[in-house]
Amino acid sequence: MTTTITAPSVSGAPPSHSMLVRLRWAVSDTLTITQRNLLALLRIPEQLFFSTVQPIMFVLLFTYVFGGAIKVPGGSYINYLMPGVFVQTVAFGAVSTSIGLAEDLQKGLIERFRALPMSRSAVLTGRTSADMVRNIFTVIIITAVGLAVGFRPTTGVLPYVAAILLILLFAYALSWGFAVIGLSAPNAEAAQVMSFPILFPLIFVSSAFVPVASMPSWLQGFATYQPVSVTVSACRALMIGGPTSKWVIQTLAWSIGFLIVLIPLAVRRYRNRT
Amino acid sequence: MPYAIEADALQKTFAGKHKVHALDGVSFNVEEGRVFGLLGPNGSGKTTAVRVLTTILKADGGSARVLGHDVRKEAGLVRSLIGLAGQYAAVDENLTGRENLRMVGRLNHLDSSYVTDRAAGLLSQFNLDDAGDRPLKTYSGGMRRRLDLAAALVARPTVLFLDEPTTGLDPQSRNDLWEVIESLVGGGTTVLLTTQYLEEADRLATDLVVIDHGHVIAEGTPTELKASLGATVLEVGLDTLDHAHRTAELFGSLGSHTPTVNGTVVEVTVDDGPASAMAGLRSLDQAGITPTAFTLREPSLDDVFLGLTGRRAEDETEDTEDDEKKRRGRSRRKAASDTLPIVSGELS
Repeated sequence: MTTTITAPSVSGAPPSHSMLVRLRWAVSDTLTITQRNLLALLRIPEQLFFSTVQPIMFVLLFTYVFGGAIKVPGGSYINYLMPGVFVQTVAFGAVSTSIGLAEDLQKGLIERFRALPMSRSAVLTGRTSADMVRNIFTVIIITAVGLAVGFRPTTGVLPYVAAILLILLFAYALSWGFAVIGLSAPNAEAAQVMSFPILFPLIFVSSAFVPVASMPSWLQGFATYQPVSVTVSACRALMIGGPTSKWVIQTLAWSIGFLIVLIPLAVRRYRNRT
Repeated sequence: MPYAIEADALQKTFAGKHKVHALDGVSFNVEEGRVFGLLGPNGSGKTTAVRVLTTILKADGGSARVLGHDVRKEAGLVRSLIGLAGQYAAVDENLTGRENLRMVGRLNHLDSSYVTDRAAGLLSQFNLDDAGDRPLKTYSGGMRRRLDLAAALVARPTVLFLDEPTTGLDPQSRNDLWEVIESLVGGGTTVLLTTQYLEEADRLATDLVVIDHGHVIAEGTPTELKASLGATVLEVGLDTLDHAHRTAELFGSLGSHTPTVNGTVVEVTVDDGPASAMAGLRSLDQAGITPTAFTLREPSLDDVFLGLTGRRAEDETEDTEDDEKKRRGRSRRKAASDTLPIVSGELS
């Protein structure tokens, strides 16, 4: 084994770089990290399970087990349910953002990244971009399974696509929120434990699976206007009809608001975490 | 450019339940093309020093330069000139060896075809050809460290940081890795190596600094350091505490070093091992004391510490740095034993 090291020829950042070069690097670093996370996704069976089998199970469970007992306006529970399943699945999926980042920190991978001349934010943008790709895959599966068990969107293709885009935007905002949790957690297990108490009330005290009108009145305010419910309502309107613009605007407000607050927060956490 | 690495009065304190002064005014210079050993027990501040020098951590005080560039003000430039490998810099478990190397290459903004060639070249240089396309999960500890080192070399760094590169490895893997590191040195790379093993420092390093509690407590070549200690340690086990103390008195005349008593074990550092062993045995015989164990060995890092500070390293340092990490929830690989006796023969 002989290895000889010569002076750096190819490596080499000259002292200063134009904004354009740095921007190009930020994009290429993000793509590299995205690719790395997607490869990992394919190789971790639990992750693959969460993004494929779990949504299928939820559709089947709510359609055939709980569905019969839940009365909804309009009659068709599967049509009522599906928007909720979409939002619930991508929301639970966001937990993997926090677990994955906590793991990278714990295992020392981020330590290596910090000593590389890569863009500082690429670890986070790459992670959230990979989550986005995973979510696109997930919504396609849910759509297929939904259609197979009797889900019949009534509004046409364009509103349906709009609903999907809204779900992906909301999921992207959540990813950044869970990135903050992952960067604050001491380890992967703690990241998971910290994530669920935030997620559970949002997903279950919502209009995702049951009409808010069936809840006690003191709960209805929260259950109607919290971000998961708002996003579900917007998707429901876009997929099966009903008043649309009010919910879409509120969804955009929540998601964009989250992004404005959470992206700088996550980047700062990443920089300061030692 | 006179020095490859300059550390000037580095200070770093970790706040917490008990404040830890991980670095308390550490200064040293590393000449270009040398292998510099940073020696110290767990929690002495070695890793913190490496993290500051590799721009990962900002020091609270003092300054540091790598190839003349300030690690704080020119962090980006420094990162493009260095490589980091060791116990805390990891590789991605889910990727294959080749994918890991390619990822690091791309994050160094190297040309894609160059990265492909370089990854293949490194895999073969590090005897990982066959394992190159297997996920890292299937690698042994030794293979993982070799890949880790390969990852640090992808961008042909001018200065290489190796943080405890062999801690936790079995002797065979350790030996393999030493050979790899030795072959690197021929090419003129400056290497900063941290280790808790005197044997490792002795074999690889041309210059040494010993740090403890965030202070530099000794520096010199391995030969100078060992000479300052005496060449050999005589370790004698006795049957009673009384005999141990009497033996320590008898051994007081063996050399310039004061014997230490640790329970029923007496240790003394001597300059001429065999002659002192003879003299020691003779004096024990005359006193009518029969030892239960009689060992002559090379000084370990522990003895360096004993010699330099007059106390044992492991008792007081208590893994301060590791505690700090645990407090923040990082469970990291734990170091194996602190000392490796080099020569050990039971005579009893």
